[in-house]
Amino acid sequence: MHLSLALAVSALLFGIGVYGLLARRNAIAVLMAVELMLNAANLDLVAFDAWWRDQLHAGQSFALFVVVIAAAEVGVGLAIVLAVFRLRETVAVDSLTELADRDPVRAGGDVDAADEVAVGQ
Amino acid sequence: MTQWAIHSAWLIPALPAAAAVIGLLLWRLIPGGPAVPAIAGSAASLVMAVLVLAEVERSPGQVHQSSVFWTPTGGIPLAIGTRIDGLAAVIAVMVGVVALLVQIYSTAYMAGDRRYSVYAAEVSLFTAAMLLVVVASDLFELLIGWEVMGLCSYLLIGHYWQSEGARAAAVKAFITTRIGDTGFLFGIFVLGVGTHSFEIGRVVADPAALGHSTITAGALLLLAGVVGKSAQFPLHVWLPDAMAGPTPISALIHAATMVAAGIYAVARVYPVFLAAPVALTVLGIVACITMLGAALAALADDDLKRVLAWSTVSQLAYMAGGLAVGGWTAGIYHLLTHAAFKALLFLAAGSVLRSVGTNLMSEMGGLRTRLPVTFVTALVGAAALAGLPPFAGAFSKDGILAAAHARGGALGNAVYVVGLVTVFVTAAYVTRLVARTFFGSYRGALPHVHESPLVMTVPLVVLAFFAIALGLPLLAHSYGISRWLDAPAGSRPLEVSVGSVLLTGAIALCGVAGVALLHRRRPAEDPVLVLGRYARPLAKAFWVDEFYDRTLVRPTRALARSVLNIDRRGVDATVVGTGTATTLLGSALRRAQNGNVQAYASGLVVGVLAIVVAVSLAVAR
Repeated sequence: MHLSLALAVSALLFGIGVYGLLARRNAIAVLMAVELMLNAANLDLVAFDAWWRDQLHAGQSFALFVVVIAAAEVGVGLAIVLAVFRLRETVAVDSLTELADRDPVRAGGDVDAADEVAVGQ
Repeated sequence: MTQWAIHSAWLIPALPAAAAVIGLLLWRLIPGGPAVPAIAGSAASLVMAVLVLAEVERSPGQVHQSSVFWTPTGGIPLAIGTRIDGLAAVIAVMVGVVALLVQIYSTAYMAGDRRYSVYAAEVSLFTAAMLLVVVASDLFELLIGWEVMGLCSYLLIGHYWQSEGARAAAVKAFITTRIGDTGFLFGIFVLGVGTHSFEIGRVVADPAALGHSTITAGALLLLAGVVGKSAQFPLHVWLPDAMAGPTPISALIHAATMVAAGIYAVARVYPVFLAAPVALTVLGIVACITMLGAALAALADDDLKRVLAWSTVSQLAYMAGGLAVGGWTAGIYHLLTHAAFKALLFLAAGSVLRSVGTNLMSEMGGLRTRLPVTFVTALVGAAALAGLPPFAGAFSKDGILAAAHARGGALGNAVYVVGLVTVFVTAAYVTRLVARTFFGSYRGALPHVHESPLVMTVPLVVLAFFAIALGLPLLAHSYGISRWLDAPAGSRPLEVSVGSVLLTGAIALCGVAGVALLHRRRPAEDPVLVLGRYARPLAKAFWVDEFYDRTLVRPTRALARSVLNIDRRGVDATVVGTGTATTLLGSALRRAQNGNVQAYASGLVVGVLAIVVAVSLAVAR
């Protein structure tokens, strides 16, 4: 199998992942998009490992590491999403903007008041 | 044990200083309140001074010096100690008497004042500072007392700090004397560096060895401080304004401390001045101008206390003139008699003010029946001030004039003639003061005017006794004031002849009679009005204050304002502008952080793509 085929699939997966990351509003979908991007990278690692006939199989080892880390990341990510859903009853990424740095003067209040709003919600 | 008191002379300034600290910090613990430590401190100091004088009396002509060296820094050593001779002992007794009487008097005069404890402590500190000047053995030690006095005068003149005038007067007194003090400090430097010692004994031992220019520069610089402290022209402007303080303070400042310190400092280092004739000439000229000018200003002022203040300026000029013509003993003698009668007059004025509630003589009059004790004692003080024999002022003033006459030359004759003219003017303004205050009919609005309490009248009687008694021992030549004062070599002895006393007495009587006649003709009218339009320059004190205002105060204010403008529009604007610019930049950048994670991720992706493209292009090339 030619390397370019694997790279094309990988690029496609990565593109889909980027699209999902930037365009989807659902936090779970965003997490899935991130998984797609990770796995696109994994595909590249494995493909190049085979292409170069690496004696140490570094690419495959890396891929395994990425899989493990991605699993852990999804565990944490989903836990956060669950917690956010319990708190806000929504997982729409674009409505979770509490960490925005608002201009204290233009917001019409002092910094303390802005902090209280952030904590209270 | 024979000289126990002289060895313990350091207690003289230390006791009132301790009284000041105790009175300020611990008066709540003392039964009887803040007056107790204040009076006890002055009284103990007076007792010490009298003991010292008694021991000095037993060993005439000796100087008792004891000092401890401190700060061995390698330069000219600084000592702290006492230097007791006849002059120091006599002046210390004088300061002690006046300070004690002022403290006693103040308990009634300042009764009910909320800041009495602070006031009493400040008076104690003031006394301590003056006594430190008196007994100091080292010029820097003297300077410490000198400067503490400046501080105390500032605090006490500004005692009624809620009034605008008192604050302004306090600042004026402080700044004006400070101008002179700068010269005084540098004078000490010149003399100290010249003789490699700041000890008064070493400085006055052989001043001529310093060289003509050094000694002249040192004496002239010291003179600047003396002119400021003793309120001589051109730095006299602070003293009349200092009347904004409580009246007992005026008595203290005018009689025993502060203004006396300037004259005392000259007398203390008199050999230095004798070695610098230029400085003595300058002192004489200043004295002539001040003597007559201040007396004329006193003639026209309507404020009772200001008249007395101008008379102090004028009388200090007599002392300065006496020192300038070599009449050292006469000058010191006049300092003593002046302390007695001027303290008396100020305390009497305080008694009057407290009774009628005003300073203006146009609202007094006819008080001789209502304030009999004050009237009689004030009359004694006024006669002494006017120079009518046999009251104290006549002999001391005549001693100065005799010294001036004996010296001759342009300076001696100038002091003599101006002095005689001033005798006439002095008698005139004193008569006007007494007539306007005590004679005629009452022009004020108060229905009941009572004599002051005993606590205030007893000091008056004591001072009246001194105002008479200080004139008497002089008649017997063997036991005069000059026996106590060991005059420095080169000064003229005190000579008072019957003929010259009669001459000055007659001139004074002319002044008294003239004003008395004017007052008799029109009792309700101010006698000074007879001068017509010439009274105005006198009442304005020859516009010296206005002149200073135009030439010094306003340009300084304008400069200060322009500096303030530069500060606000230049320095401040830069600092504030930096802050504003940073805030604006921050709010521009803050727009990027809108809380939308996907926007951040977009930026990330775009950034990575840009890097990839840039790297690819670089590699391709």
